[in-house]
Amino acid sequence: MADMILVMKNITKEFPGVKALDNVNLEVERGEIHALVGENGAGKSTLMNVLSGTYPYGTYTGDIIYDGEECRFHTLRDSEEKGIVIIHQELALIPELSIGENMFLGNERKGRFGIDWDRTFHEARTHLDQVGLKDSEHTLIKDIGTGKQQLVEIAKALAKKVRLLILDEPTSSLNEEDSKMLLNLLLEFKKQGMTSIIISHKLNEVAYVADKITVLRDGATIETINNEARNVDEDRIIKGMVGRELSDRFPKRPHNISDEIGLEVKNWTVHHPIYTEKVVDDNVSFYVRKGEIVGFSGLQGAGRTELAMSIFGHAYGTDISGQLFLNGKEVNIKNERQAIEAGLAYVTEDRKGNGLILPQTIAVNNTLARLDKVCSRGIIDRTRENMVAEDYREKLKTKTPSVQQAAGNLSGGNQQKVLLSKWMYADADVLILDEPTRGIDVGAKYEIYCIMNDLVAQGKSVIMISSEMPEILGMCDRIYVMNEGKMVAEMDVADATQEKIMAAILKSEKTENEGE
Amino acid sequence: MNAKAVIKKYTMVIALVVVFALFAFLTKGRLLYPQNMSNLLLQNAYVLVLACGMLCCILTGGNIDLSVGSTVCLVGALAAKLLQVTDLHAIVVILACLAVGACIGVWQGFWIGHIHIPPFICTLAGMFLWRGLGRVILASKTIAVNNKSFLNIFASYIQIPGLDDAKKWSALIVGIAVAAFLVISVFTGRASKARKGYAVDPLGPALAKNVIIAVLVILYCNKLANYKGIPVMALWVLAVVFIYAFITNKTAFGRYFYAVGGNEKATKLSGINTKKVYFVAYLSMSFLAALSGLLMAARIGSVNGDTGSSFEMDAIGSCFIGGASAYGGSGTVAGICIGAIFLGVINQGMSIIGLDNNWQYIVKGSVLLIAVVFDVVSNHKTGKAG
Repeated sequence: MADMILVMKNITKEFPGVKALDNVNLEVERGEIHALVGENGAGKSTLMNVLSGTYPYGTYTGDIIYDGEECRFHTLRDSEEKGIVIIHQELALIPELSIGENMFLGNERKGRFGIDWDRTFHEARTHLDQVGLKDSEHTLIKDIGTGKQQLVEIAKALAKKVRLLILDEPTSSLNEEDSKMLLNLLLEFKKQGMTSIIISHKLNEVAYVADKITVLRDGATIETINNEARNVDEDRIIKGMVGRELSDRFPKRPHNISDEIGLEVKNWTVHHPIYTEKVVDDNVSFYVRKGEIVGFSGLQGAGRTELAMSIFGHAYGTDISGQLFLNGKEVNIKNERQAIEAGLAYVTEDRKGNGLILPQTIAVNNTLARLDKVCSRGIIDRTRENMVAEDYREKLKTKTPSVQQAAGNLSGGNQQKVLLSKWMYADADVLILDEPTRGIDVGAKYEIYCIMNDLVAQGKSVIMISSEMPEILGMCDRIYVMNEGKMVAEMDVADATQEKIMAAILKSEKTENEGE
Repeated sequence: MNAKAVIKKYTMVIALVVVFALFAFLTKGRLLYPQNMSNLLLQNAYVLVLACGMLCCILTGGNIDLSVGSTVCLVGALAAKLLQVTDLHAIVVILACLAVGACIGVWQGFWIGHIHIPPFICTLAGMFLWRGLGRVILASKTIAVNNKSFLNIFASYIQIPGLDDAKKWSALIVGIAVAAFLVISVFTGRASKARKGYAVDPLGPALAKNVIIAVLVILYCNKLANYKGIPVMALWVLAVVFIYAFITNKTAFGRYFYAVGGNEKATKLSGINTKKVYFVAYLSMSFLAALSGLLMAARIGSVNGDTGSSFEMDAIGSCFIGGASAYGGSGTVAGICIGAIFLGVINQGMSIIGLDNNWQYIVKGSVLLIAVVFDVVSNHKTGKAG
């Protein structure tokens, strides 16, 4: 019999009105990497919160057997004492504190009088070396990127003497390179005998890193797939997740690309808003035709979001120069309002941070960018507003009991639909979608792709910024590759491959280094 | 809507009823005397007016304006001084004072909206500035306000000769008219929705709500009729309350206050000028503070260096008791009116009982804390899974 470090038996957890987990079973073998997959709302995070004691013993039914003994965790601290550490999707680091201070927050190294800072930073260094982070332990968290912050979280877990590491969507905000590094680190730890549970939407990563894959659907365990031989492919996992074969992950569309150009940008240069001498986008030119989906690929920090926002009414950056043409005519757009009126839309990558007003209703969010359309003489017609929202709810199949529901109560995929509704209602001709499928499940992704297809079928131009290459390759007609603020390649989708895109990025870095 | 949802939605209304009944009992019914009911409105007129402005500031993200008490003092002092030393007509003085209020608003709105000075600090500075200026104008004295036409505009009662001699029938007639309008508006509203082909809400709850309000209006107006009739100040207050209720509930610009408080970045990316939203919030606040200053000067009949002290706290307290979120983005004019009346009833009740002034502070402080704690806790409990 295999050596099980963790057995969760018949776990049932109910919230008022919903059964989030229904007799879920999970068995994790010592020293393996176990992946937990499922659509949003399948219960993955809830299960991990039960395990970590976030939902204390007594609020769920079922048994947790860890290391051969039954455990009843009442708080997070109880589980951490046993060596179970969970790293959440939203990192729990304080930006204004240093790496070392963050690592021992709540787990302070006490000396005789207060905190022993020498020991703190010494131990911090040791663990940082283990995860391969070179930055000084005194560096502030806000000064390092998300990838490195993720490593700090892992080092923090090591400082707690972790034996079972749980990672909730660790790579959702990382670029491919950083993701790869993180996954390899997990494999490295596995060799040293650590057990990890990883929750992820990125199935290629799951297939790469996991020994076993447990699929959850609608709060129940569907199956556990053995992947020790690394012979499981994404389609196999998706089949378990959605309960059917998803024959094509990207919906097809007739290619009716017009010759007319919807948006053209020439020699666009943007400077950083605070460090004004830093060039974020350097002399970038591109165009998108009507009825065309153009992809922007690149690593994080390539300047794509900044490019998009600066085009959208100078919402980012200072000292912006370059020409902007809409429908062949040069326009001079100085603020977001003018951009909207000119027919531009920027659908942000950060739904919660700067996309939706979470406490407000779906209806309010739906009309916010073009409130004047439901107003007469500045007075809002609420009934009309609700009808508009209702209309989009039906069109986009947003799952919600009513459009009076607060946007914050929706799942990620449905929030994304509300955000899209908002910009579709704004009558934009050119839509810039920034990471439109980040953090949403396979089924919802497919629906978002269908919406994109509808948009181009209406003759609109769509720009999709995405860090997921399969999505870029699957959905776009043409692909631009950016790196470090420069446009480094343009390719037709027919000629493009992941390798070619990566090669373009790497090549540009090389020439840059040689040039210096 | 089940009973639980009704109780949750009308928590503060129920609390108000309980507190009102409690003080009616403790004061052995004296709270219900026509004079006291009339004073309840007059003594809280300034709170209601200030709370409307404060709501807009709080909506933008829990921002408050600390300077309103001082603005009340400055504008009151200016009005009193102008009426004392010049022969200007009362209306000219009033317009000049309101203009000064607007200037203060432009000043604070500019720093807060366009230069991004934290509102707390900017208005803290204003609190000292305007208080100081007000005292300079008063030369540290108390100035009496006895200009007839000025007092008529703010502090008189509506009395129609012949009709309002013994019992002030005009008050009752107005009350009945308003009550009738409230009830009829339920039906006309439904008819208009039906005509446009919109879905119509069930009749019962809406009608019940308006009938209750209508009955209260008639009862209250009857109290007024048994005293001196409708105070002009009530008209000013009602005008402000209705205008602000309309702005926040019905207009696009009102929506922007909620949007900025809910998520400022998202609002800006939706093409809304967020600077202007802050600017207008603080502009309107100072303008209303100026109006309050005039109301106070007329009601008290004099202005001194301490006029308006801690008025900002009454206004802020009303907003939070009335359910405005301390983080911004939610709150209604109806709610803050309930909050203001709630505080007013407590004040008035305690004064009638003759409770020591110091104890009144303790009670008010406790009530404020309880209200906000209740709000925060009950909203967390309804949070969904995860």
